[in-house]
Amino acid sequence: MKYFPHTQDDIEQMLATAGLKSMDDLFGEIPEQLLFKREFDLPEAMSEVEIRKFFDALGKKNSQLVCFAGAGVEDHYAPSIINPIISRGEFLTAYTPYQPEISQGTLQYIFEYQSMICELTGMDVTNASMYDGCTATAEAMMMCVAAAKKRNKVLVSATMNPKVKRVVETYAFYNGVVVETVAEKDGVTDLADLQNKLNGDDVAGVILAQPNFYGIVEDYSGVAEMCHAKKALMVMNANPSALAVLKTPAEWGADIACGDGQTLGIPMNYGGPYVGYLACTNSLVRKLPGRIVGSTTDVDGKRAFVLTLQAREQHIRREKANSNICSNQSLMALYVTIYMSLMGHKGLKEVNKLSYAGAHYLAEQLVATGKCAMVYDKPFLNEFAVRTTVCPKKIQTALLEKGILGGVRIADDMLLFCVTEQRSKAEIDLLVETVKNL
Amino acid sequence: MIRNYDKLIFELSKEGRAGYSLPKKEIEGYCMCCGLPENLKRESKPELPEVTEFDVVRHYTNLSNKNFGVDTGFYPLGSCTMKYNPRINEEMAAHPSFVNLHPELPVECAQGALEVYYNLANSLAEISGLSAFTLNPYAGAHGELTGLMIMRQYHIQRGDLKRTKVIVPDSAHGTNPASAAVCGLQIVEVKSTANGTVDVEDLKPLLDDTIAGIMMTNPNTLGIFETEIPEISRLVHECGGLLYYDGANLNAVLGKCRPGDMGFDIMHINLHKTFSTPHGGGGPGDGPVGVRAGLEQLLPNPQVKKDSEGKFYICTDDKSAGYVSNFLGNFAVIARAYTYILTLGRENVKMVGPLAVLNANYVKESLKNEYYLPIEGVCKHEFVFDGLADKSTGVTTLDIAKRLLDYGYHAPTIYFPLLFHQSIMIEPTETESKETLDEFIAVMKKVAQEAIENPDIVKSAPHSTPVRRLDETTAARFPKTTYRQMKG
Repeated sequence: MKYFPHTQDDIEQMLATAGLKSMDDLFGEIPEQLLFKREFDLPEAMSEVEIRKFFDALGKKNSQLVCFAGAGVEDHYAPSIINPIISRGEFLTAYTPYQPEISQGTLQYIFEYQSMICELTGMDVTNASMYDGCTATAEAMMMCVAAAKKRNKVLVSATMNPKVKRVVETYAFYNGVVVETVAEKDGVTDLADLQNKLNGDDVAGVILAQPNFYGIVEDYSGVAEMCHAKKALMVMNANPSALAVLKTPAEWGADIACGDGQTLGIPMNYGGPYVGYLACTNSLVRKLPGRIVGSTTDVDGKRAFVLTLQAREQHIRREKANSNICSNQSLMALYVTIYMSLMGHKGLKEVNKLSYAGAHYLAEQLVATGKCAMVYDKPFLNEFAVRTTVCPKKIQTALLEKGILGGVRIADDMLLFCVTEQRSKAEIDLLVETVKNL
Repeated sequence: MIRNYDKLIFELSKEGRAGYSLPKKEIEGYCMCCGLPENLKRESKPELPEVTEFDVVRHYTNLSNKNFGVDTGFYPLGSCTMKYNPRINEEMAAHPSFVNLHPELPVECAQGALEVYYNLANSLAEISGLSAFTLNPYAGAHGELTGLMIMRQYHIQRGDLKRTKVIVPDSAHGTNPASAAVCGLQIVEVKSTANGTVDVEDLKPLLDDTIAGIMMTNPNTLGIFETEIPEISRLVHECGGLLYYDGANLNAVLGKCRPGDMGFDIMHINLHKTFSTPHGGGGPGDGPVGVRAGLEQLLPNPQVKKDSEGKFYICTDDKSAGYVSNFLGNFAVIARAYTYILTLGRENVKMVGPLAVLNANYVKESLKNEYYLPIEGVCKHEFVFDGLADKSTGVTTLDIAKRLLDYGYHAPTIYFPLLFHQSIMIEPTETESKETLDEFIAVMKKVAQEAIENPDIVKSAPHSTPVRRLDETTAARFPKTTYRQMKG
């Protein structure tokens, strides 16, 4: 077996040094009835040749489609140099930077990641990343409750992606936190309902989405003031790619920004790995969970980076820690750091412009078919909902036959379409043509 | 290699440079700048770097040279199972038929991906002696939290609402109590005996009708097998609680005994430890959670199943403990772990634990004259020294760890477990050869000798690393966590 270096001779010598006679002696203290004696019901070992064929065959059972689906996961351009860099063994096979003297590579890219996330969100500080956008939002919810001390209610807008909401609700349930939904009105958060719910003076935080689940860019003017007047924190779950052009969570007055970094060029990978981000104002830094990297110097005065503010974390505080998160999503943080470095603000803006143009063109063309109508008349970037006169399932099936993943069905008569910079005019036209011909 | 490379990517930036190429605009007449209302637009410009693609390649290659991974050298970090990360795993995870799958694909378009998920879940069930697995949790700590949610749901659905406490050994990893707290459970600590195992006599009085369960690792964090586990299992189950197995140390017993057979009801596995997926500098991992027969419905949603015609489908269960992730976990990590199991096959999976344990005992026995071994006897995959045998030198565990860096090794885990003051926790894993271990043993002996003959060189180590010991106090007192803050 190529992963086991032991020769029979090695084994005998090593056993002798350990004062043992046989390999079984290594487990001599284990009660007999606990020992596993039969063969595993697993396939026999495969060579690389066989494994490649095996995965090729499995891969054929997946359909490779032109993607017009979003709902939190978008098909963005992934620059070719990212994978070769993050595959370098020095990055890929390191663990969390416990020994900073030989982990400056990891520590510095996390510092750069933190810097870039703060630039996009406008927030003061962020941690070294979270698992995904859902768990980052759940952690934001817990930060609100921890900061408020005696309040255990959190409001989530009905315009939040339900996949995010259900994770927040799961975490909340076990924490004894009450989650209430703020109603939506015309596709956006109903601010009158929000004010009403804040008036109970028992809300720790309000979690909003930008753009929201329907792709709408919501106008949150005055919302921070509403929240802060009632001593509630404002949390904004925002698409980081869109923040290159949209008013930032900080500019809206949010206390916490969170979301999923998948839109920063991470392949869709059937759901993961992605990277969650969680950023906040300076006043909340001690409530932030997870790793944080700070700059410092070494004994020779050289600039260096190190894990800092560790007194918040589980390995020091155990059950009193801010969260149970141990590590971060480091390699994916590196992924998006390289992506943001390559794109710069101009590249990100260009991505948004192209996606915007494609999405608005598609929306107009779909409406022109007479089979779709815009559900909401609100500003959007690259995603929008349509109400269909034909059964959405029928539309999706027809599109599948043309090799197109035709949006996400969000209601019995509604489809959510997403367009990225990767979608060509020809692909959009084929989609429209197919719908028109139904 | 450029020595002393010390630039930040921001410091390479020059206005007007770019590292991207995007398609030309084909669609005219839809201008974002005019279409988007002014008050929704960003006011400030994000200060991202403006660099070329080549700048980026050189910069991050230089950063990688300041890092140490398993590929670089021996990484005996206890409790982290830093085994070799095979590249075939990477190749399969990056297979073009899988990377571009959107999670909202109709299941009939993702049968291959679902088969990978389903097969890995089943393989883990077989290997661990449990009934069913979810692969949705993203990491070990996330798996722990998910497992505890299942434990709480089990009691809640029986209408037994009093059970809000969980027992955790004093030797447990910090995530155990932290996960319990996040899950709304109170922690009760059970003491260890002098030989490091759970004190059954101390456990007995803790068991009452408020106990939801116990969290254990076996072998425990000292690398010692809890031989009383059948009795502990009997006692905890008799009081109505469940047994949770923290899979952090599963590598020790892989192929030799199974958590399910030990009496555990729920467990998590760290794919990035036992199943060779790379640690990635701290993630992404994956933390599958398994349960014994009877608890399957409590696994988180969504769930992957197979119908009578062999087609895979995704479903939800009303009794589920809830949703813990965006979709079906870190799929690319799942593909890596599955590749590893296929590579090992049934004939080699069973050798992982024995060879890992052989390596650990070999290193332990070779060094116990120079380092103080508080608990004698056969260890499992790892063991703990309590500092140097010679306590007169003033050289601490931290000093030893730093000196090892000079010799080209990653340090062991230090100051954990908390049972000893100078813990040095060593886990060699099964993928290291006798020669590698012999060299490490020689260096460990040399450091012990230096501690006596030239303690200052050890106390001021490391000397040959890209940076030397860091000022952590100033970093925490005046935190500068972004380039903007650093510039002031």
